[in-house]
Amino acid sequence: MKQAEEVTKLSPANVPDEWFTFIEVDKTEAETVSRPSLSYWKDAWRRLRKNKMAMMGLVFLVLLTFMAIFGPMMTPYDVNVQDRPNQYQPPSAEHWFGTDNMGRDVFTRTWYGARISLFVGFVAAIIDVFIGIIWGGISGYKGGRTDNIMMRIIEILYGIPSLLVTILLLVVFGPSLFTIILALAITGWVGMARIVRGQVLQIKNYEFVQASKSYGAKSGRIIRKHLLPNTMGPIIVQMTLSIPTAIFAEAFLSFIGLGVQAPYASWGVMANDSLGAILSGNWWTLFFPAFFISFTMFAFNVLGDGLQDALDPRLRK
Amino acid sequence: MFRYILKRLLIALITLWIIVTITFVLMVSVPGSPFNSEQTSNEAIQANLEAHYNLDKPYHIQYLLYLKSIATLDLGPSIKQPSQTVNDLLGRGFPISFELGMVTIIVAVISGILLGILSALRHNGIIDYLAMGFAVLGISIPNFILATFLIQQLAVNLKIFPVATWSSPMHMVLPVIALATGPMAIIARLTRSSMLEVLTQDYIKMARAKGLSPWKITIKHALRNALMPVVTIMGTLLAGILTGTFVIEQIFAIPGMGKYFVESVNQRDYPVIMGTTVFYSAFLIFMLLLVDIAYGILDPRIKLHKKEGGEG
Amino acid sequence: MDRILEVNDLHVHFSTYGGTVQAVRGVSFHLNRGETLAIVGESGCGKSVTSNAIMGLIPSPSGKIVNGSILFKGEDLTKFPEKKMRTIRGVDISMIFQDPMTALNPTLTIGTQLMEGLIQHKKVSAKEAEKRAIEMMELVGIPNPKERLKHYPHQFSGGMRQRIVIAIALICEPELLIADEPTTALDGTIQAQILELFGAIQEKTGVSIILITHDLGVVAKIADRIAVMYAGKIIETGTKRDIFYRPQHPYTKGLLHSVPRLDERGELEPIDGTPPDLFSPPIGCPFTARCPLAMEVCNKVYPATSSLSETHQVNCWLQDERAKQLLAAAASK
Repeated sequence: MKQAEEVTKLSPANVPDEWFTFIEVDKTEAETVSRPSLSYWKDAWRRLRKNKMAMMGLVFLVLLTFMAIFGPMMTPYDVNVQDRPNQYQPPSAEHWFGTDNMGRDVFTRTWYGARISLFVGFVAAIIDVFIGIIWGGISGYKGGRTDNIMMRIIEILYGIPSLLVTILLLVVFGPSLFTIILALAITGWVGMARIVRGQVLQIKNYEFVQASKSYGAKSGRIIRKHLLPNTMGPIIVQMTLSIPTAIFAEAFLSFIGLGVQAPYASWGVMANDSLGAILSGNWWTLFFPAFFISFTMFAFNVLGDGLQDALDPRLRK
Repeated sequence: MFRYILKRLLIALITLWIIVTITFVLMVSVPGSPFNSEQTSNEAIQANLEAHYNLDKPYHIQYLLYLKSIATLDLGPSIKQPSQTVNDLLGRGFPISFELGMVTIIVAVISGILLGILSALRHNGIIDYLAMGFAVLGISIPNFILATFLIQQLAVNLKIFPVATWSSPMHMVLPVIALATGPMAIIARLTRSSMLEVLTQDYIKMARAKGLSPWKITIKHALRNALMPVVTIMGTLLAGILTGTFVIEQIFAIPGMGKYFVESVNQRDYPVIMGTTVFYSAFLIFMLLLVDIAYGILDPRIKLHKKEGGEG
Repeated sequence: MDRILEVNDLHVHFSTYGGTVQAVRGVSFHLNRGETLAIVGESGCGKSVTSNAIMGLIPSPSGKIVNGSILFKGEDLTKFPEKKMRTIRGVDISMIFQDPMTALNPTLTIGTQLMEGLIQHKKVSAKEAEKRAIEMMELVGIPNPKERLKHYPHQFSGGMRQRIVIAIALICEPELLIADEPTTALDGTIQAQILELFGAIQEKTGVSIILITHDLGVVAKIADRIAVMYAGKIIETGTKRDIFYRPQHPYTKGLLHSVPRLDERGELEPIDGTPPDLFSPPIGCPFTARCPLAMEVCNKVYPATSSLSETHQVNCWLQDERAKQLLAAAASK
């Protein structure tokens, strides 16, 4: 740097005569940008990786999935076998998480619970995505009157308290894994539809879509090839953020007695069963399901936030 | 503005009607009628039910009569608790739940907004990180789990607060904390991001270029714009708080409407379930209407039914 | 000549994720009282940063004035603490921005936005403020001022809003007005109206104006003097006649050729290439890579300033005797 400064301070008299010759300038070189540019997805991944909280969440969820699959195989205990004499054993070498009010091994049940809770969360979220994409996609793409009507319907549906309706559905049809997922899915797609519609409206007017239209590409093709890939970002984010809502809802329903029934055991059911135990000091029966519900929701939320930032095209550098 | 309110009112009424209909349809589709004698314990109740719900008449007549009874605010008798009507239960339990709910909302809104503003103004500082870290926890830990944790630590172990029931201000502290933390966290996050976005707007730059003091810029210029998105989510938050009362009242043994509702769910006391659902829905829809009106007042573009462009 | 503003060797740097951006690298110019100076250049050349620096609105801590002085009526603004700057902004120096659609707060009446600066800075009564506000609205040509004070921004069209923005800027009677791309977001005819308005106001109030733009057409209408900026440096300064009729720097010439003119026929030629990266700016003349007459010295040393007249300065090696000989030799081949 020093040398350059000295050079620029050269007065015209000190500039050597030889330097006054024309040079060839490569114009194309002037146009290259100095930093390599990455594709949208690679750039997003790079940004996500920088976000420590989001990565922490991601790692946790990966581990959780692993344990959900393999956890129960690590112990000799069955998830539902009762062993009354052994009830309320604190965590020990034989029972890593202790035993619950029926003498069942909490460790094993925790991973079974993980399976159920994650399953409910994912499936409900995926169904919501499907319905939402179809509804929002059609509404946004068609525009005009169709859009108006479909949006009015959404507005009305939005005002219906979804948890109440879910409770009603479960009371009427009886709580079971199937009905819980169904009820959650039916009441949860509205948010996704709105987002998809918003995205579609934005993208519909982009030039490359107009260009496609102008040389006669058919609607279906336009939707598939152009609209969908560009709307993926907010959809993924929304999905990631709707899973904890579903997990929470399942836990909540279990808490008021409408959760999955035996032989299934979800975290919500475990937490509910163990309520009475706090007063008598058996903290582990409540702690583990409570911790996992909370941390799983935390992980999804943090991951969802991170994804939102990473996939936001405005933040690309 | 008037047109706006009218439109919102119309949507509210339609929504309510849909819920009432859904409730009715679901109740009559319960496998094995909910109102048959297996459920009820004596003839008096059975007679009451038949009188109220017109069970002998064909479905569509039942429906119309049901609508009529809702309109006249007669929500029917309870199956499991003889000589109690839903209206009785509501009369007893609702005021308590309402109190819990109102205190919760006030706490959540005020502290949430303050926290959000503070974080935005001290963007990327210590306060920001702490507050937002706390906020993420707040939205992740379900309120009933927080409640049990609070009871365990503060009531049982440390004995600072009473464990249950609802007889003094001290009794309010734990339930309100449990119920308000989630909404407060959501409000804080939203206020912060909204504020941050507003602060990058041109009109804020303009206000600075005018030499206005930072206080004035924040409160007079930025705040009103930043709070608009927050008002729009109030509806969802209210619904969440309302359903939250179900479990919180259970855990803290508070004799509010939520507790009765949960009991009726567990006992399959169908008339109570139906009546309460309709009542809750009506209440929520009404609150949503108020929120919409509040938003209309905040945003001048709605207040003065937009004129198209001015003179060129 | 009474100089109301003098900027000397201004350097502004920004620290970002990717490194330090040298947005302004040694800019010097002055503004005489009552005249209009246009700072012209393409996006990213540093003209907005310069005007923000004058107002003390460089976002800190990422942005910093690392060198130089800004003398307003003799006092160095770079040394002013924030509190003192706030008494200057809106009162002695005002600024207006590009986009009238977003420059006004949608939730406040324009009356409020007009009067708040006046009330805070000059401590006038509400009644007096309203009187002044109506006067300003009339000055900028808004009909029905008394009624429209109570209206909100969304009730005005784009051209009207920009007039309101100008009124707000001038209500405290500043001596210097900085207009950053004031007409870029407006349609053709409205542009002309606004420029006329600037002229009328300057005649009436004697305010000195710095006009920042990338549009030479705008410049031709109302500028007295022009400073051409490129990659963080001012490469040529002169009066309107100097620049339009005797442009010296290849970049200035390029700009003029890429704008349609009534007195010349021929094709429009855009300038090839893009401006250099300001993370590691070139040591020599920043225009070298795009210059049709680039020489070796251009790469190595930043050109010294040559004065063609009292009003006309340029930084270009082509002004050097040896370069002129080279050109003469090449022409005779």
